Amino acid sequence: MNCPKDLKYTSEHEWVSLDGNTALVGITDYAQDQLGDIVFVELPEEEETIDQGDTFGVVESTKSVSDLYVPLSGKILETNDPLLDNPGILNEDPYGDGWMIKVELSNPDEIKELLEAEAYEQLIKEEGA
Amino acid sequence: MNKTPLNHWHREHGAKMIDFGGWEMPVSYEGILAEHHGVRQACGLFDICHMGEIEIKGAGAWEMIQSLTSNDVRRLADGQAQYSLLMNSDGYAIDDILVYRRSADHVLLCVNAANTEKDLAHLLAHARPDAQIIDLSADTALLALQGPASVDVLRRLGVELNSVPRFHTLDIAVAGVPVLFSRTGYTGEAGCELFFPAAHAVKVWELLLAAGADAHCRPIGLAARDTLRLEMGYVLYGHELSESITPLEAGLEWVIRWDAGDFLGKSHLQAQKQAGLGRQVVGLKLLEKGIPREGMNVVAADQPVGRVLSGTLSPMLQQGIATALIDRAVLSGASEFFVDIRGKMKKAQIIKPPFIQRG
Repeated sequence: MNCPKDLKYTSEHEWVSLDGNTALVGITDYAQDQLGDIVFVELPEEEETIDQGDTFGVVESTKSVSDLYVPLSGKILETNDPLLDNPGILNEDPYGDGWMIKVELSNPDEIKELLEAEAYEQLIKEEGA
Repeated sequence: MNKTPLNHWHREHGAKMIDFGGWEMPVSYEGILAEHHGVRQACGLFDICHMGEIEIKGAGAWEMIQSLTSNDVRRLADGQAQYSLLMNSDGYAIDDILVYRRSADHVLLCVNAANTEKDLAHLLAHARPDAQIIDLSADTALLALQGPASVDVLRRLGVELNSVPRFHTLDIAVAGVPVLFSRTGYTGEAGCELFFPAAHAVKVWELLLAAGADAHCRPIGLAARDTLRLEMGYVLYGHELSESITPLEAGLEWVIRWDAGDFLGKSHLQAQKQAGLGRQVVGLKLLEKGIPREGMNVVAADQPVGRVLSGTLSPMLQQGIATALIDRAVLSGASEFFVDIRGKMKKAQIIKPPFIQRG
């Protein structure tokens, strides 16, 4: 399973790409593979304030519903609305066109709680076992 | 965990496996959507070996089945099959089943996997000396071949599908294996279901896939089996029909033959029909984006009026579809219905399934 080294991860299978005080958030390659065909996406409103651990959206496969958890607190600057019409992008390009939200961080200290790629790889290995 | 004889094959071919009522079953192989469309456009092969097969033999076999099921077995000739309900004394179906007439003293029942033990116990509780009950489930493989191209696949095996009427059977041989060929299915497509000795499961499965290679025949998991059946509005026991949803509420009066004499639970069903139904299973199509799921509330005029029993995204319609159990009183009154999806009210239309038109 592909886990780019320059990203950070959560145990809930979100990835985070940091750029100064903003972060892009999406779901990992492992997550999209586990879910199978993603057919529905729910995203938050732009400008909304979100807290770490809250749910910010939902992805649904034909069979299952999964909540998405906020990895870092902040304000939503942008949501990737094309996903709403083409949720399959999440399967095809989870780390690229499949980004979900752009967040302006309100508590950058939380970054320390995220996993590095190696730790995340270890986690999915254990989950898959 | 119970395993079908194809368990190893599924694992070797990359299937995602899940626990389905105590059975480890393939939920999908290449992806639910590809599998769903594969069946609608070409054909697919399903491992449904988990389903139960129960034989009843003897001079009293048919009398016994007539008294325990809601349909009329006297309508069956040898080699025919009938959809029916195995009833309890309270007027509920303990299972929906297929009844096969092998001969005048030989019944074959095909029952839901999760209900096999319950059904067997029920049959044994109503056993009679002139009817022998035999559980063949462990020794019987059952595969379903479904989709328009199944006609071509079967022709390669020497069977002309369209020469067999629906709900009729043939005794055939496939690579020397004796097979009961049944023109039945759970997808709304042309196709068949094949019963044969479990020891030959992998051989017959691979032979069918090979015979279907040109027709893009592919293995299909349980997830697509569910979306295919739901698009057709077919009942799934435990969802639209259960020991708390009666056959009348489930819209299955067409499987009840009031004139066929007495059967277990009939008086309760008659009383329910006379009193009138308080609730009813309906089809729902979402008019907005979203996917209704089991347990979600159906809302009319800001009041909950029912709940979703099965729900999915229809791959054909690209819309959310569902079955729901609804208070009957609101059906004539309310004009607008909604499904409460995580607190958001999504507009829905009540329709009579099937959700898609086939054939």
